[in-house]
Amino acid sequence: MHAVLVMILQRLGLGVLTLFVVSLVIFGATELLPGDLASSLLGQSATPETVAALRRQMGLDQPAPVRYWAWLTGVLQGDFGVSLASRRPIADMMSARLGNTVFLALYAAAIAVPLSLILGVLAALWRNSLFDRVANAGALSAISFPEFFVAYILIFLLAQSGYFPSMVRLSPAMSLGDKLYVTFLPALTLTLVVTAHMMRMTRAAIINLMASPYIEMARLKGLSPLRIVLRHALPNALAPIINVIALNLAYLITGVVVVEVVFVYPGLGQLMVDSVSKRDIAVVQAIALIFASAYVLLNLTADVLSTLTNPRLMRRK
Amino acid sequence: MGVLLFLVIVIAASIPLAWLFRATLVRTLPHDIAIVARDMPLTAAFGLLVIGVYVFVAVLAPVLAPFPERAVVGTQFQPWDSTHWLGTDRLGRDMLSRLIYGARNTVGIAFATTTLAFVVGSLLGIWAALRGGWLDQGLSRFVDALMAIPSLIFSLLLLTIFGTTVMTLILVIAAVDATRVYRIARSVAQGVVVMDYIEAARLRGEGNWYLIRREILPNALAPLVAEFGLRFCFVFLTISSLSFLGLGIQPPTADWGSMVRDNATLITFGNVTPLLPAGAIALLTVAVNFVVDWQLYRASGLKEQG
Repeated sequence: MHAVLVMILQRLGLGVLTLFVVSLVIFGATELLPGDLASSLLGQSATPETVAALRRQMGLDQPAPVRYWAWLTGVLQGDFGVSLASRRPIADMMSARLGNTVFLALYAAAIAVPLSLILGVLAALWRNSLFDRVANAGALSAISFPEFFVAYILIFLLAQSGYFPSMVRLSPAMSLGDKLYVTFLPALTLTLVVTAHMMRMTRAAIINLMASPYIEMARLKGLSPLRIVLRHALPNALAPIINVIALNLAYLITGVVVVEVVFVYPGLGQLMVDSVSKRDIAVVQAIALIFASAYVLLNLTADVLSTLTNPRLMRRK
Repeated sequence: MGVLLFLVIVIAASIPLAWLFRATLVRTLPHDIAIVARDMPLTAAFGLLVIGVYVFVAVLAPVLAPFPERAVVGTQFQPWDSTHWLGTDRLGRDMLSRLIYGARNTVGIAFATTTLAFVVGSLLGIWAALRGGWLDQGLSRFVDALMAIPSLIFSLLLLTIFGTTVMTLILVIAAVDATRVYRIARSVAQGVVVMDYIEAARLRGEGNWYLIRREILPNALAPLVAEFGLRFCFVFLTISSLSFLGLGIQPPTADWGSMVRDNATLITFGNVTPLLPAGAIALLTVAVNFVVDWQLYRASGLKEQG
């Protein structure tokens, strides 16, 4: 148990270091802003005095390391500063939307993960059959489609005839069932986009293992193919499959941006797109930090879990 | 069910097309290339055909388009008829003409971006592998840090800072994508730089630039070409998504992503026209993927024989 603890602590340390570097990159990118935040904010009406006053008010007269430290300590305490466009605290703008985005991502994951595992195992089981070919061709096409294409095809097929709403309006009073119904189309879009990747990688991981000697042995013992795949291949394919799942959940983070805009879903992605067109760098910075942290944490979790499932990796040292 | 029927018809029509195209290629090309074309799977032939049509349309856009790219030639949202084959858009511009010009703008910008990302990324990657030491370490750790942020999110951040013009779009996407190319190029080049012929060339007193150009690049080209196809798909989808979000290619330039965004309201009324530009994006990506699949298969097959 001791070795496990050391491993987890090591990975956590590495994760914290990565998060620190990510925050540095995101903050540093703002420093590339041509000209000055204060003068671009005031635009044409800027006089030297108002610019100087605004700079002092925003703390822009401080050197970059001091501002970075102030920003970082603020973020760690849940204070993301104020929006440049609306002057509202960013934390207030984000709090409800963050929950909505997490809800959508989890909803999509809850459909996509079991679905793609089952499809991947079946495709590996009936390799080179018609099912495998159709599933593979479908997956390759789904990977090649832009998310908004998938979304609009679904709207065309399912929303236009009135089965599901094409715009998502959420209210706090909604029951869970209503919420699941209203967000079904965006979740289905994300599911379709992500399932293709996961299915292909699950299939590849299992087929890779099917060539190993112990599978040959199990087959010679006369076990049924389903039992071989489920009891012998799957446990050993767990590490790559966990990695695949985490990678695609991380992919959901970027996919969510486009899908939220298509369905007018009140989430973080839409807020980010709105803020980019308003060039509200403070909000974009905060949301980028949240998305990037989620990405880093997911990869970290996958790393730890796949090491735990593989005894050989545990005893490497 | 109409959609399924449509799909079956499309697939049934594209198989003989791909077969005919491959047969023509085998007949007309010089013998040594024709041998390669003969063993091409039908999917790859189909992919090449589609890419060829796109290039043709993009080059000849002003000749093929019935109306100018930016001119308002009718009332808004006209249905399909004999003058405006695909109707008109939100402002009364001809949809077909904009679709044709979109091939030039969207594909052209994506191609330029991928090329830029490739030149920068692969040169830096090979250079890092060749020099090794602190330069390699420094560059690689820097790229690692940039890659810890999802690429779409990082692109959005950079676009906020530099503004959304076509030039910044190309530079931002190329910079973000160059990090991915760097990783591939570096790992491929690392396998090459340990070879004896590199050592020999070094002992001859050749410079770094000569080594990259004449020794490493020719030996690293095959995997890089396949990677170019994959990166192109990725860049193309990213640029289309950004344009769809209103943050990429800006109006009045005809572009497939923003055409979907502008006319999306039609979809809820059961009109398929806004799906056409999105379909054009999807078709090209599928086609490139088919060709890349074939190239990867060929590369791995050749390796086993050699």
